[in-house]
Amino acid sequence: MNALIITSLEQGLIFAILAMGVFLTYKILDIADLSVEGTFPLGAFIFAKFIAMGLSPIMSTLIAFCFGALAGLLTSTLFTKLRIKPLLAGILTMTILYSANLKVNGRANIPLFSYGSIFDHGIATKLGSSIALLIAIVLLIKIVLDLFLKTESGYLLIATGDNESLVRSLGENSDKYKVMGLMMANGLVALSGALMAQYQGFADITMGSSIIVVALASIIIGDTIRKSSNRIRGTTRAILGAVIYRLIGGIAIDLGLEPSDLKAISAIIVIIFISYNNFAGDIFGFKNGKGRESYAENKESIEEF
Amino acid sequence: MLKIRNLSKSFNKDMDNEIEVFNRFNLDIEANRCTAIIGPNGCGKSTLLNIIGGNIQEDEGQIVLKNKDISNLREEKRAIHMGRVYQDPSMGVSPSLTILENMSLADKKGERFTLRRLIKKRNMDRYIDLLKDLDLGLEDKLDTKVQFLSGGQRQSLSLIMAAMKYPDLLLLDEHTAALDPKTSNVVMKKTKELIEKYSITTIMISHNMRDAIAYSDRIIMLDRGQIILDRPSKDVTEEELITIYRTKLDEAIA
Repeated sequence: MNALIITSLEQGLIFAILAMGVFLTYKILDIADLSVEGTFPLGAFIFAKFIAMGLSPIMSTLIAFCFGALAGLLTSTLFTKLRIKPLLAGILTMTILYSANLKVNGRANIPLFSYGSIFDHGIATKLGSSIALLIAIVLLIKIVLDLFLKTESGYLLIATGDNESLVRSLGENSDKYKVMGLMMANGLVALSGALMAQYQGFADITMGSSIIVVALASIIIGDTIRKSSNRIRGTTRAILGAVIYRLIGGIAIDLGLEPSDLKAISAIIVIIFISYNNFAGDIFGFKNGKGRESYAENKESIEEF
Repeated sequence: MLKIRNLSKSFNKDMDNEIEVFNRFNLDIEANRCTAIIGPNGCGKSTLLNIIGGNIQEDEGQIVLKNKDISNLREEKRAIHMGRVYQDPSMGVSPSLTILENMSLADKKGERFTLRRLIKKRNMDRYIDLLKDLDLGLEDKLDTKVQFLSGGQRQSLSLIMAAMKYPDLLLLDEHTAALDPKTSNVVMKKTKELIEKYSITTIMISHNMRDAIAYSDRIIMLDRGQIILDRPSKDVTEEELITIYRTKLDEAIA
């Protein structure tokens, strides 16, 4: 049981990076970006490529981030410049990445046991365990993201997801912020993929399938934690959500669930938490989502006639 | 101040359902005055405002603001010189951000957005003063998310955000039409106070004749892309406007 909890925690922390990336697109920009299904394995395959070329695990992981950001650039270009709907743009990038991922190393599965990983790097041994290293990475990313979201550009990113016409009225091109958000998000997803490949010891083409559900499940679970509190930041919620999600999954397997059933369970978790959120909204009168309330037309001038 | 020259605009151009809104339309707006544009639905007043604001591209013609031809500037470039308040109370604000965050964003309008912190304590007093002028108690709610404000409060905040950087031109796009009559009056009064205090050149479109007369200096009535009335507001009566309005409506129905 103890080993299971540790494994779940470690995987949860890796998924926390994925969840923070998807938080940027899904929660902040209000875009359902499906390209992460391709960027997650992309991160793993790019890592495999560069580690096999002899680069250090840290460098290879950072390069994976950069390639993920490029994938985000592709998706955002599709919908800002070519005006393809974001959902379709994401699916198209995901499809392109499927072929691209197979091309990177020429194979669908690459074992990485013979190469180094950041988990056996000096930093990890100094920190004592993989968990400590993962916590450090996750916290670093969280702090950087939180700081960024407090900057002038960061607030414009939030405003872009909230109300694009406000961003344009401030003299800024809202497309710029969509590109920025998508690049950061997909970079983080690829980074998460690269870490997962190092953690499990192989990169596999199927590791991205339905990863968006994992990310959404994490975000939605995170959102239910002290729902009405403004004090908990979105990044914190994403991290906690990812860890809780993974723990639930771990316990389910421990209780005898087939690992192959986990995908269905993930989807069911998403359904349960979303419906819980909706019901809680009905019962306690919480405000859901972004506040665009309806308003009554002023009929006075019409009545005058 | 604002000159519109030979403006032409048609929707669905070269198609069976082509609608010509403007054909060689000209208009001059004087500085530091509030001009109200009224007219029945489809008269072109919203299109005109959208063309000035850059949301809709004109087919031909020039828009000259302060002796500068802005016809070819993109919406966000024009926006630097203009403030705009929309009919929809959520259009001018970012609902998931607080009042303070919204005002801080509006305060950066036209400047470069960098990686510096947005919220600066030293600006707070100025924001509080601006909010106090509204007399809605918003100065005590700086950390409240805008989504929890009423429509009237949001519109008043939008107004301040649009005006706080002293734009060359303020466009009011039926900005009280979505509010109840009482709130609408309050917002209109605040609007007048604000544009007089800062002497902002304003174009206001409205369906409400009484408001148009009471709060503007000049009334222009449009019908099918033509100016059919252009007079100082003090020289027109509500009855007169309604009579013209009715005739035009009847014509349109016939």
